[in-house]
Amino acid sequence: MSKRVLEVENLTVDIPVGAGMLHAVQGISFHVDSGETLCIVGESGCGKSLTSLAVMDLLPKKAIRTADKLVLDGEDMLGAGERRMSDIRGNTMGMIFQEPMTSLNPAYTIGDQLEEALKRHRKVSTREARERAIYLLEKVGITAAASRLTQYPHQLSGGLRQRVMIAMTLMCGPDLIIADEPTTALDVTIQAQILLLLADLQREFDMGLILITHDLGVVARIADRVCVMYAGQIVEQGTAEQVFNSPTHPYTQGLLDCIPIPGKTDRGKPLGSIPGIVPSLVGAFNSCHFAERCMYATDDCTKADIDMQAALEPGHEYRCLLDPATCKKNAVREGAA
Amino acid sequence: MTDTVISAKDVTRTFMISAGMFRGKKPLHAVNGITLDVKRGEVLALVGESGCGKTTLAKMLLGLLPTTQGTIEFGGTPVAEIERLKLASLVQPIFQDPYSSLNPRKSIGSIITLPLKVQKDPDPSTWRRRAEEIMELVGLAPRLYENFPNQLSGGQRQRVAIARALINRPEVVICDEPTSALDVSVQSQILNLLQDLRKELNLTYIVISHNLAVVEHIATRVAVMYLGRIVEQKDTASLFDAPEHPYTKALLESVLTPDPSMGVPDTHLGAAYPNPVDPPSGCTFHPRCAQVMDHCAKIKPGTIARDGGMVECHLYDENEGRGRAAS
Repeated sequence: MSKRVLEVENLTVDIPVGAGMLHAVQGISFHVDSGETLCIVGESGCGKSLTSLAVMDLLPKKAIRTADKLVLDGEDMLGAGERRMSDIRGNTMGMIFQEPMTSLNPAYTIGDQLEEALKRHRKVSTREARERAIYLLEKVGITAAASRLTQYPHQLSGGLRQRVMIAMTLMCGPDLIIADEPTTALDVTIQAQILLLLADLQREFDMGLILITHDLGVVARIADRVCVMYAGQIVEQGTAEQVFNSPTHPYTQGLLDCIPIPGKTDRGKPLGSIPGIVPSLVGAFNSCHFAERCMYATDDCTKADIDMQAALEPGHEYRCLLDPATCKKNAVREGAA
Repeated sequence: MTDTVISAKDVTRTFMISAGMFRGKKPLHAVNGITLDVKRGEVLALVGESGCGKTTLAKMLLGLLPTTQGTIEFGGTPVAEIERLKLASLVQPIFQDPYSSLNPRKSIGSIITLPLKVQKDPDPSTWRRRAEEIMELVGLAPRLYENFPNQLSGGQRQRVAIARALINRPEVVICDEPTSALDVSVQSQILNLLQDLRKELNLTYIVISHNLAVVEHIATRVAVMYLGRIVEQKDTASLFDAPEHPYTKALLESVLTPDPSMGVPDTHLGAAYPNPVDPPSGCTFHPRCAQVMDHCAKIKPGTIARDGGMVECHLYDENEGRGRAAS
């Protein structure tokens, strides 16, 4: 029986900038169960990384976080102080970042860094920590694990470093892993391996996984549920099948049209595109965020904020005034064009 | 009529790499014997993992790096004999990251007209008009002429880089990962633009990319590189429909199409990319190959002509290369 690992309700992140208040994340709600993979996908500047930092309470100092609910394993994290948070981070909640070279300390050996992760949170001897490190390095597919412990990060390739990072997050047996673009800096062949590894480990240890990425291919292959973000809001969420097979929000539809798919798009034919650029999030916003770039936009779209509404299938929601049947027709038309 | 614009014959580039203090230097063959013809009007894609020599090859084609061995000819003349400025007017690059390839202290106008200045274009009074023409062509509003790069979005910056490359009407444009720093919605705009410009200006592209979906979409011919050699080279259609080299197959399997009914592929490639200073014996791909045979570790595979291209693999040799193994 899966339990709810993380529940977030109405999370906002505001950052004061010279020109006013930048509303980077505007009322985001989502949840992750154990054994489930939630993907947050969106383009740069949509607030996906800030969302993950807000959950971990690692936002830059001047950023302001508010939320109605932020519960990890039944514990309210809104009230938790800095001390308690640093007990949680790396313990019940693990993190994997994009560039493994910058998140590993170049001056310490792999072994030191892996052992420290466990010793910080548990009362264990060095020998026990070392055994766990070797066990996990083997789990993440690193050969000759015992001899790797004395190596430094620069002696490993990018793929191996990311495997070490994953082993490090697993040291304390977390319930939730937040991975921010874990494969973006890697080659395609290594990317597939790392994703496969993450999916296997997640199943084996029954963890919740939040994967943040801009790569729709990655999302489709690994996600159970998907949140599509645009300009600080979730514009569509549902299961991977719902979002990819019947995309409902015009932004999701446009995004899926933009990527060349071997075997589906015609070679050399123009790709679909979304005209315009992402709006500035400084100041108040009283309209659909996508209206400027949307080919179906009407006057009503710019009159007020748009709420999420249910799509045709249960669990599938989107933020648009169009009714689900019209959206479905649009998707078919775009697909044919 | 298909004439050859660039032809590389058995090109090698070797770097001497320090192996550590007191240990002297070791040769690293970044590009190790590449023969390649680029025909006018085609889009040739170079694909491969990082460290396979794609960028070194591109630099040699641009004349930025001399070859260690072999010759590169441009329209029949060896590149080494073409004057630098002349070569620059024929071949132009577009780089990956439009945030670092544009000088932040120069206005868009002066960035785009710089090639004209460098080439000592005789007619400075027309520069602005020509720059605005090319800006319009690549989809930039001419009013941005006086702006600076930091006022532009990533997609707009990449358009500036394209405009700068095209203002002298080069014949060949070398695009090194032209879209990998861009968002998906912007990537499709730039890809469409590159396609339109090619038709309009009759350009030849050499595209370097690790994104095979992009390559399939834009390229007419694909060369797959591994450890400094081209292991398979074919028309896009035959390469993607019927890949032959095991490495090409693994690369194609690792492309993640947005299809939720398929899981993450297992490419069986193993984690380790070999050390290029000390490459494996025989076929350099054999330690990672799923179809490896005994003699692969001993004998280098030769170049085998295939339908519409070539492949370097013992599997397609006469009796799988065993005859050569015995002799």
